[in-house]
Amino acid sequence: MIFDRFVASPEELVRKRINRAPLPALAFGLPWITIMLASMASFSPVIASAPVLPPLAYMMLLAWRTMRPGILPLWAGLPLGFFDDLYSGQTFGSGIVLWSATMLAMEVIDERFLWRGFVQDWLAASGLITIYLVLCAILSGLATGYPLPLVIGPQLLLSLALYPAVTSIVALLDRIRLLPLKRL
Amino acid sequence: MARSRDRRPGYSRRAQYGIFTGYVIAILGVVAGLAVLAVSLINPDAFSFARSAAAELARPVGRAGAESRFAGQGVFAAIGAYFKAGQQNAELRREVEAARANAVSMQALEDENRRLKALLGIIDPARKPVATAHLIGSTGSSTRRYAVIDAGSTHGIVPGQPVRAAGGLIGRVIEAGPRTARVLLVTDPDNVVPVRRASDGLSAFVQGASDGRIDIRLINMGVNPLKKGDVFVTSGSGGLYPPGIPVAVATTPHRDGATGHLSADPADNVYVVVEQAFSAQARADLERMIEEGAKTAAEEP
Repeated sequence: MIFDRFVASPEELVRKRINRAPLPALAFGLPWITIMLASMASFSPVIASAPVLPPLAYMMLLAWRTMRPGILPLWAGLPLGFFDDLYSGQTFGSGIVLWSATMLAMEVIDERFLWRGFVQDWLAASGLITIYLVLCAILSGLATGYPLPLVIGPQLLLSLALYPAVTSIVALLDRIRLLPLKRL
Repeated sequence: MARSRDRRPGYSRRAQYGIFTGYVIAILGVVAGLAVLAVSLINPDAFSFARSAAAELARPVGRAGAESRFAGQGVFAAIGAYFKAGQQNAELRREVEAARANAVSMQALEDENRRLKALLGIIDPARKPVATAHLIGSTGSSTRRYAVIDAGSTHGIVPGQPVRAAGGLIGRVIEAGPRTARVLLVTDPDNVVPVRRASDGLSAFVQGASDGRIDIRLINMGVNPLKKGDVFVTSGSGGLYPPGIPVAVATTPHRDGATGHLSADPADNVYVVVEQAFSAQARADLERMIEEGAKTAAEEP
């Protein structure tokens, strides 16, 4: 089939598999890089006059964390949250707090619910995204001193619906991450 | 799924310490974050240097984005135009005729205005824009509404200057980096713009509702005289925004004001113009504030 060439899975792109291992830089760096790039999504061509974009970087963090629990260290929320604060426009520090707390919360979820399927993961992520967006809105409401109306509703629904899409993107990235590119 | 191996240290002291340190740093992260949060709630400008540096870093990405947005709009507009060509032609013809009549009366009014101004001895100061820039980014997932433009203090931009597009007011500069600046959009709840109704000069102010619309509030309470379709322009009081820039159109009047939509949506505008603060007094104040440092600027309403 002709189409097979275009829809080749990442694994098929690499011919030789024996005597090869994943690149360490890619295997450990890709989650960090993709989450940071997602933080920079505010420099996309979309200039929004309302909060409509889902918090992509945060969703990416959750997706990486649920897919590969060991790959992001427990303290990853601190540097990644700091980086997100630079671009998100939230009150500085809210990312550091909320992302660090998220990593701790995910640890508790891992501890309590050991055997989970995708639906449970989605539920956990939905809970965390909801808390995250509400706290972000409250914190920026504190900063402006103006009680913000419920403007995050559409954004929240969009984020919850888009979470499976983000996880499938992360799944694809995970296969790219483990491409056997290094010669042993 | 089963618990991952690196969370089951077994008897390895090294692995146990590793996990313990991870928890310590994560909890320290929460505490440090709370401290940073408290600092930036008290003084919003405290970390502006970091934000400017980050914006400088992302400037090329944003510029490429702005170009592609401009191109994309052109493509969609061109495709859309084919579908509506006939109807649009008829509509435009009618509009041109109406506009021609308006232009004549405008000419007369302008003449009259010039004569009256000469009578009173008013000289309009020529306002030269500070810089023209692209909108290269915005905080699309935050309830705070900021945008980033690709011109900064090297182009003469200082915090406080109004930013406008062809269609109306966009916001004002609040942080200026060397080659980028952060703009507080009109839709941010922190941005309050004094306005007047274009038809009769009824004074009001506009505050962002952070959901893409804005609140128009009257200064003199009483019977609400606002109607759907009322156009509001900046009044020039406060000295920051030059008078006469369109800001908002009222859409749904309510008890003590109206909800409106912006006359210049930042989503539709690629190019914006940064202008001088309107009055010499405000300009002097802004300069003094910059000299005195960020502390005074934070207390500015």
